[in-house]
Amino acid sequence: MIVIQGKGVSKGVLKGNLYFYQRTEKKIEKLSADVEAEKARLAEAQQKAIAQLEVLAENCREEAGDETAILFETHAMFVEDEDYVDAITSTMEEEQCNAEYAVMMAGEQFAAMFAAMDDAYMQARAADIKDVTQRLLNNLMGIVEGGIDSEEPVILAADDLAPSETLQLDKSKILGFVTQGGSGNSHTAILARTMGIPAICGLGDALKPEYHGRLAYIDGETGKLVLDPDAMTLAAMREKYEKQQKLKELYQQMKGQEDVTLDGRKIKLYCNIGSPEDVASVIANDGQGIGLFRSEFLYLASEDYPTEEAQFEAYKSVALAMNGKRVIIRTLDIGADKQVGYFNLNKEENPAMGLRAVRICLNRPEVFRTQLRALYRASAYGKVAIMFPMIASVWEVKECRRACQSVMKELKEEGIPYNPDTEIGIMIETPSSVFMAEELAQLVDFFSVGTNDLTQYTLACDRQCNDLGKFFDPHHPAVLRALKMATDAAHKAGIWIGICGELGADISLLPTFLAIGVDELSVTPSAVLPLRAEIRKSIAQTCTLDMLNG
Amino acid sequence: MKTFNFTVKDPMGIHARPAGLLAKMAKTYPDTAITLTKGEKTVKMTQLMMLMGLGVKTGDEVTVSANGASEDAAIAALEKFFQENL
Repeated sequence: MIVIQGKGVSKGVLKGNLYFYQRTEKKIEKLSADVEAEKARLAEAQQKAIAQLEVLAENCREEAGDETAILFETHAMFVEDEDYVDAITSTMEEEQCNAEYAVMMAGEQFAAMFAAMDDAYMQARAADIKDVTQRLLNNLMGIVEGGIDSEEPVILAADDLAPSETLQLDKSKILGFVTQGGSGNSHTAILARTMGIPAICGLGDALKPEYHGRLAYIDGETGKLVLDPDAMTLAAMREKYEKQQKLKELYQQMKGQEDVTLDGRKIKLYCNIGSPEDVASVIANDGQGIGLFRSEFLYLASEDYPTEEAQFEAYKSVALAMNGKRVIIRTLDIGADKQVGYFNLNKEENPAMGLRAVRICLNRPEVFRTQLRALYRASAYGKVAIMFPMIASVWEVKECRRACQSVMKELKEEGIPYNPDTEIGIMIETPSSVFMAEELAQLVDFFSVGTNDLTQYTLACDRQCNDLGKFFDPHHPAVLRALKMATDAAHKAGIWIGICGELGADISLLPTFLAIGVDELSVTPSAVLPLRAEIRKSIAQTCTLDMLNG
Repeated sequence: MKTFNFTVKDPMGIHARPAGLLAKMAKTYPDTAITLTKGEKTVKMTQLMMLMGLGVKTGDEVTVSANGASEDAAIAALEKFFQENL
């Protein structure tokens, strides 16, 4: 038995034949040739490339969203770019040589031009030129990249896969991924999770190309790849596989089902997302809305304050994709563990209690206004709701509402459409917001509890501190009592309350949440169907508050 | 000939996506020569790689010119595109 340990990045157990991804590298030589005939070959290779890229862009729009699709459309324009094509034809004419050589030279020349630019983004475009050049070369030489030459689906093995490689793979032929390099954030890992198939990365050199064609057993949870398993390992894996298949069937049956307990209590089951690309998995997992759309990605990914337009496009795309389902967008929540250079925040001794989240917004009205304008503009395109984080006081909410009013007034005067009834909510994550919940509930349309921060502030336990272990306990009765106080206050005022922290997906707490009367749970998309299965088995009336007792 | 000046506000500058869209737009006016100038360099807007090669960043001022039968329509469409996207 051979066991190779890697990092499991997408769950699932299965067996299949290993298939090593082949990159075709063929040396290109300069040959003398008939230029007119070579020009015709080039034109044919270009047409083929454009057709391939159109298909890729189309597939991509479904799998990975517009941004990546536009990348391939840009590639298609590169193929026909006048200067690039001029460079190719003039080499052929001057040197009386073959198209392959001329294409390679033009590719090198333009890639070098981009690589020499003083801008990291443009330097990275050199890779696009190389990608396009390789495509033309492959077409000229009749090479098919990324083909899986096997009748049966396989476990795809590789050193690591580039985005254009993963997108060109025939997904119906892939059972799982195993890679020598890569991380949980690599394209392969993300693709595997989106496809819901197992993946292990970081297997290193122990994953040898000579294993090509061997039967392998992989476990994407434990990160183990096994060849020639002994009887015990085989039995254990088989058992895990059968259990997983049964659960998978059960979860598939959960799609399209209502989130309701046996005794008729309805729960809103929403998803947490961090960028517009995540919407695909919300829809795939049948999330009923978005309970937390973290807007930080816009700020973290850029070198400077994101423009109103960039924000508007991001919010609008999510609102449109969710097609009338609620999309709760949380305003800027940086500071503490999420730092952004251009905000020039002072270094703090105790950032968790420092200038962060809504406090930054209230101190910097221009930053706040830009985001609110983008949010209200997006509200014309779907059921957008706005949520303010880190609220501790009534005056903060009043000030936020005033900022909303003034933005709506501006938009009205400018004749820009927005929804004046856009719901406004706050995060309940400070003890103060729990104590003031009755007053706060008078001012907003909903509450959403951030359990990580609420635990940190209630128990005075720094969530970033690894040594606190058992002291940092989100199941602590104090945290659950705080949740109950906030829920009672919300219901007294006639508004709803949800949980958008990690605790929401904790199935062991579901009976307690039902007993407390939580109306909404917002969880990572892959947790929706398992949670729905659990909700539909529960009886709300028999759930108890036992866990609130000290 | 029609022209306008524009200071780029997009944090990424004229990156691949808007450059691709601009080149596409420029091709829809075959009877009009459209150029973009940054500093001393001028490129035809249909030259996608050269356009990206200018490396226009946020805060850079550029000049867009159109010369030909559809110059009015082209400039109006381009000015709108710059204002909305860059």
